[in-house]
This record gives sequence, C-alpha cells and structure tokens, in this order.
Amino acid sequence: MITTRLLADRRGLVFLGILLLLAVALPYCHMGLPETSPFHVPDWVVGLIGKYLCYALLAIALDLVWGYCGILSLGHGAFFALGGYAMGMYLMRQIGPRGQYGDPVLPDFMVFLNWRHLPLTWYGFDFFPYAMLMVLVVPGVLAFVFGWLAFRSRVTGVYLSIITQAMTYALMLAFFRNDMGFGGNNGLTDFKDILGYDITAASTRTVLLVLTIAALALGYLVARFIVTSKLGKVLLGVRDAESRTRFLGYRVEQYKLFVFVVSACMAGVAGALYVPQVGIINPGEFTPANSIEVVIWVAVGGRGTLVGAALGAVLVNLAKTIFTSGIFAPYWLFVLGGLFVVVTLFLPKGVVGTLGQWKARRRPPSEPAKPSKVAEAAAE
Amino acid sequence: MQALLRISGLILLLLLAGVSAALADGAVQSKLATDKYDEIDAGVTALAASGDPQAPAIIAALADGKLSYDPATKGLYYLKGEDLIEGATGNKAGAAPPGLKKVKLNNRVRRAIDAAQGALTLMAPDPATRLSAADAVFKSRDATALPLLEKALAAETDASVRTALERARAAIVFLSPGAAEADRITAAKLIATRGDQDALGLLQSLPDDAPPALRDEAAAGVKSINEGLILWSAAQNLWFGLSLGSVLLLAAIGLAITFGVMGVINMAHGEMVMLGAYTTFVVQQAIRTYAPALFDYSMLLSIPLAFLFAGAVGVLIERTIIRWLYGRPLETLLATWGVSLILQQAVRTLFGPTNQDVGAPAFMTGSFALGGLDITWNRLWIVAFAGLVFAALLFVLRFTRFGLQMRAVTQNRRMASAMGIRTNWVDAMTFGLGSGIAGLAGVALSQIDNVSPNLGTGYIIDSFLVVVFGGVGNLWGTLVGAMTLGIANKLLEPFAGAVLGKIALLVLVILFIQKRPRGLFALKGRAVEQ
Repeated sequence: MITTRLLADRRGLVFLGILLLLAVALPYCHMGLPETSPFHVPDWVVGLIGKYLCYALLAIALDLVWGYCGILSLGHGAFFALGGYAMGMYLMRQIGPRGQYGDPVLPDFMVFLNWRHLPLTWYGFDFFPYAMLMVLVVPGVLAFVFGWLAFRSRVTGVYLSIITQAMTYALMLAFFRNDMGFGGNNGLTDFKDILGYDITAASTRTVLLVLTIAALALGYLVARFIVTSKLGKVLLGVRDAESRTRFLGYRVEQYKLFVFVVSACMAGVAGALYVPQVGIINPGEFTPANSIEVVIWVAVGGRGTLVGAALGAVLVNLAKTIFTSGIFAPYWLFVLGGLFVVVTLFLPKGVVGTLGQWKARRRPPSEPAKPSKVAEAAAE
Repeated sequence: MQALLRISGLILLLLLAGVSAALADGAVQSKLATDKYDEIDAGVTALAASGDPQAPAIIAALADGKLSYDPATKGLYYLKGEDLIEGATGNKAGAAPPGLKKVKLNNRVRRAIDAAQGALTLMAPDPATRLSAADAVFKSRDATALPLLEKALAAETDASVRTALERARAAIVFLSPGAAEADRITAAKLIATRGDQDALGLLQSLPDDAPPALRDEAAAGVKSINEGLILWSAAQNLWFGLSLGSVLLLAAIGLAITFGVMGVINMAHGEMVMLGAYTTFVVQQAIRTYAPALFDYSMLLSIPLAFLFAGAVGVLIERTIIRWLYGRPLETLLATWGVSLILQQAVRTLFGPTNQDVGAPAFMTGSFALGGLDITWNRLWIVAFAGLVFAALLFVLRFTRFGLQMRAVTQNRRMASAMGIRTNWVDAMTFGLGSGIAGLAGVALSQIDNVSPNLGTGYIIDSFLVVVFGGVGNLWGTLVGAMTLGIANKLLEPFAGAVLGKIALLVLVILFIQKRPRGLFALKGRAVEQ
C-alpha cells in the first residue's frame, strides 16, 4: 500500500527513473569508458553533478517545509552548512599527521593558533558512525530548539522568515571567528581520505556520487511519504489556513516542528555529501544570501512539487555554472536577479507547476480534469 | 621631555647670567651675528627670553638654516620664501648687503633652539599652543620647568590656559619632596579635579615615603577620579549606542513604511540606501569638478537629490513589480531580492566594485570633548539628522493630506477607494517615500561607512530586526527599537567584543520575538491575523 502511494505519481516515477539511470550510467561512463570515448565523463563533470544533486536534496528539504507547510525558512543554508561541518570535522581528523604541521591529533589551524588540546566539540569525530550521527543530530537539534521556540509562540509568516535569516547570520558571524575552533574564515579543507579511501580518486568520487543519488532518491521518498500521508494533509491545512486548522483541534506547532526537524536533517545530509565532493566547507555557506538562493531554486522549479524543487536546483545551478565563467561572468547577478523577478511575476507555480497546469488544461473536456494531488497542493 | 629640560636649562642660564627680559635687541642680535657656537648658543637663549616679537621667526629661520648676518653691521637677515627679511624689524630688506654670512649650526645650538622653541610655546600668542604646552608640562612633571611656569602664569590671561598652567605647577609641587606639605595637599586636590587617566597616573605615582596626610589625599583623589572615569566611560558607551541607534533608525525607518505600513518585504531597501550614498558621491564629484569652492555645501545638495533619486527608483519598482504582488509578502521578498541583486550589479558595472571616496565637509570633521566624552562632529550630525528625518516623517504621516490617505489605504483599501482615494497612486507614493528616506540614510551613511556596492547588504538584516523588534506599523516602535538595539549593542561590546556582542544581540532578539511575536509595540485587533 505504501508503495502504491509513493509511486502513484507519474512525475515521481520519471524522477526516480532518471536517478536510477544516472546511478548506472554515470559510473560506467566515468570509470568504464576510456578517456578517448565521446561518452567518457571527466572528473570535473562528476564533481559538478554531485554538487548539483546535493543542492537538489537541499531544495527538496526546503520544499517540504515551504511548499507543504508554508514555513519560508531563510536559514536552510545553515542546516546544510552544519551537516557539512560535521562531515568536514570527520575528514579533518582523518588527515592525521599528514597536515602541514604534522601534528597527529590537531588540525593545522589549531596548531597555527597554538592550541594544545583538541576542543571538546571535536571529540569522537574520528569515529565515522559518530560523525554521521552528528550530521543528522546537529541540524536536527538546532531545528528542534529553534522551531520549538518559534512555533510554540506562533511566530509565523514573514516574522519567521526574518528570524531564520537572523539565525543563519548569527551562525555566520560565529563561524567566522577563529576561537570557535572550526577553522575561522578558512573553514575546513585539505581533506585526504574518507574511510581509508583516497578522496580524490576517481573510484571514491564515483561512489560518493552514487551515494548522493541514493540519498536524493531516499530524501524524495521520505518527503513524498510525509506529504501523501494523513500528516501531510494536516500540513497542507496548516499552510492554507493555520488558525482554522488549529481551531479544528490539531496541535499545529507539533506538526510544524516535526516537518521542520525532518527537513533540517535532510539538509544536513545534503551538506555532508557536498563537502567531500567539493573539498571545502567554510563560513560563507552561512551567508543569508545563500539560503535565499535556495528559495529561488524551489520557486523556479515549482513550489510544492518536490520534483520541481530538485529540477529547479539543477537548472539554476547549471545556469550559474555557465554564466559565472567566460564572457558572461559580470552578468550573472543580472541573470539571477532577473530570474527572481520573472519567476515570481510570471511563473508563480514554477516550471513543473506551470507544466502541470498547462497539461490539465489541454485535456479533453469530456474527461473531468483531475490534476494530480501534487499539482493541487501546488495551486495555492 | 627633552625639550623641557632645555627650557629649564634656559631658565637657569637666564637667572645665573642675570640677564633681564629688557635686554636690548641689538645686544642679543650681535650675539647671534657671529661664527662662535658658544655665543650663538647664548644668543638663542637670550633671544627666546627677550619676548621680542621677532624672536620666533628668527629662531625658526635659524633652525631651517636660513639665517644670515652682516659681519659689518652685525644685522641679522633671514629668507622667507624668496624675500630677504631684516631680523630687527621684520620688514623686507631693500637690497642684500654684500658679504652676508650664514649663521652656523651645531648640535649644541640645535638643542638650544629646541629649548627656546619650547619656552616660546608656553608664552606663544595662540592660546591653543599655550594650552598644549601646559599639558605637556603636566605630563612630564619636570621640576626644572617651574620658574618658567611661574613666569607664564603671571602673564596668563586666558582662564582655561591658566587652569592648565596651575595644574601643571601642581603636578610639579605634588611630587617635589622639598615643598611644604600643605602646598602638596592643595596640589593633590587640584590634580584630582582634572579627572582623567593622566591625573590618575600622577596621583598613583606618589612614593611610599610621602607624608601620610598627603598619601590619604592622593588616595581620595584616585578614588574620585576612578568613579568619575567609570561614569564617563559609561556615558561614552551610551553616546556610541545612541549614535549607532541613529544609524539603525535611518536605515530602518524607510523599511518601517514599506514593510510596516504596506506589508511589502523590501529586500532591496539596503540597495536604496546604497543608491543614496552613490548619489552623494556623484554630487560631490560634480562639485569637485565644476565648483570646488562649494564643496562644503555638497551635503546640502545631496540630501534632496538622494531623496528624489531613490524615491523615483522606488516608484519605478513599485509600478513595475510590487503592484502585482500586494497581499503576498513572501513573494515580494523574492522579487525584491532579485531587484537588489540587479541594482548591486548595475552599480558595480557603472562605478566598479571598489570603495568610492566621499569627502566630509568641514563642519563634519574633527571632534570635541564634552567633559570626559569624545564626540565626533559627523556622528553628532547624523544623530541630529536622524532626529530630523523622524520628526519630518511623523509630521507627514499625521498632518498632511497624503499621510491621511496613506493611513486610510493601509487600514481599509476598499473603503478608501470608495471614498475617492486613488489607491494606486497612494501605493506608489508610499513606496517612493520609504525608498526616498532610504536614500537620505545613504547620504548620512556615506560619511561613516564605505561607499561600495555592498553598502546596503550590511544594513538589511539589522533594519529588519529593528522593525520587527519595534513592532510593525508603528514609527515610535521603530525609534525605540533602533535605540534599544543600538545602545544594547554598544553596552554589550566591552564585555563580549564586537562580534560576540552582535551574536548575543541577534539571539536576544530571536528570543524576544518568541515572547512578543509581533514586536514591542504590537498592533492589536482583528487585522493582526492577516
């Protein structure tokens, strides 16, 4: 029954199919084909796709809270970055004595700052399962505390957006400090290996990419499961008429808190997968502008469609890659800014939402128009 | 310190030689008009003591190696620019006498010159010079300068310089074991009235073998100075906070209109501030190029221009984008964020990414001391400017026809429309007003911040916090919010440091919003739920 519910939606099936195809084809084209083959996928493309897919997972996480529960979080970049830092700390500990200063325990920047001992916050991060637990726990706990405070006292709408922005801003200021023990403005970098495998090796990169695809598929299924469940219906109710839902007897804040924490954990996982593929994590990830950009990915793809969020993340970042290199470089901000304006004015439902609407309209009138549940949800 | 030693040496020399100030000019001059270093040395000292109006000029010329003498007449001449000046009179010499010889310098003469110039400053015609000379004596506490101080005191007419001289004398008496105990106690009292770090250091430097009564007096002085200093430093922090609060108020008050009154989350507000700052820059450039004499008035010209320009851009944004998004605040947030990126990039393309140099007019430079406070003129003007803008805005909202219509549209758009108010026009003008005020903020901020394309982004989060903290839709709330956040920030800084203080403040505001989700001065009633 669960499978029928999860897979009833054609769009979702297409999405999962594409992911499966990627998971099979990319490793083959990268590792299996000789470099002379026209279908060979070079290293940098693998890294790029991995990065896009991490962003896609982050976008799905945001769509879960924004598209289905009306919580416009302008701080999801913070959860992403915290997950990334947890992974980064594990990778730093793996460097061991191979650092510039050769200290077997302390990362280079601590040696540089004349620190004698590993700070308490770093304990256990040499142990992979613990680090992976922290990838979920740190963003989750922050989301729980923040959400518990905010939702309980009914901070909603723009107020919530503004304080989530203040949250990521405060974290950014904190992580820029050297004495925080997280590398200050240089962040964490110079990673060597992960679980004993060389992090720059083609095989490791391929495995990371496949893991990212799996995480994205899993994240999609979890989100889809939540929004199609009865709980998801309540979330829609909260989104469309919060006080009415509350008057019907639902504990609105508990629903919101649950979905906010789940979403933060998903964002954390996305960040954790992002760091080994990109090779660095720094406090720049906490800038409010980054978090706002995530919102535009979701808006471009289609708010409240999940698949659309992932698509939007890939499309916008693809455009960014094209526009930030070469002759277009000075115009990227014009493009991004224009995208914000055009999408909000002319494509309020995003690419996927608008396509769905267009298809529904083209259907012959004899057959009663029955837009999918997702499109219904998207239509606010 | 060294200069003071020279001064004292000079005095001693004067006393020993029994030379009086009434020494004839000619005799002094003839001492300089020689090639014997001993005599030149004595001549410098004598000249400084003579009180001759020409003395500073002659000594300065000697120091620069521009002093010459005529071996025949013993007359002195020096070069001032291209002109040859007659030393005795200060008038231009008609023709240079033949055989002029340069007055020579060696290190000993240079020392004498230093001492002479020190002595001349204590009796310089300019009170400010005398004041700083007296302060220098106070800080050096050099006992040998005492006779010169007495002499300067006797001649002093300016009250504040007199006080400074008396304190300088007290500093010397206080530390000299030979002086009468009563005099030293009086001196301690006088020093304590200075009330600053220097006085504190002086009182604490009393040796242990000093008489007990004197030690008690010094301890009492230390205590009272310490109390005073704590008060002053608190007052200084308060002033910094007030000044930061004014900056926040300027940056946030336009937002209070667009966000608070119209319900539009204008993420491009910071860019309106930036446009105001760039307007100031352009106006200054134009004035520098075409009318440099009017430079000090460039601010006055920038104010209306920045208001009009930023306001016009605001109206344009409202007409093309915002008008389609009323009632959907989250969408206005996204669209205006896009606008802000475009504006930033446009300015970067036009002016380049670097900081632009915006000069300060004369009346905004420098600082003055108010008791123990150090107040810079630019901050003071910004505080005053913020107050003016706030008052003007309050006036517009309350007493003008436009303000009335604006409030009517805010409260009930359809009813206002039915009453014949052109709501579209009011919307555009309101947004323009908010943006124009942001432009005004830009004029002020150009004086204290870097004028760069990123100017606005630094203020946008703070501005939103101020508006949210103060309570949306309430100008007084914005005022209280800005001042509270500004002062709290500056009071936290000494304990936590700038960054941690800021973080603490952000956390406090987040927590505060939990307690009062609608801000300090929340609107009440049915409309709130929307």
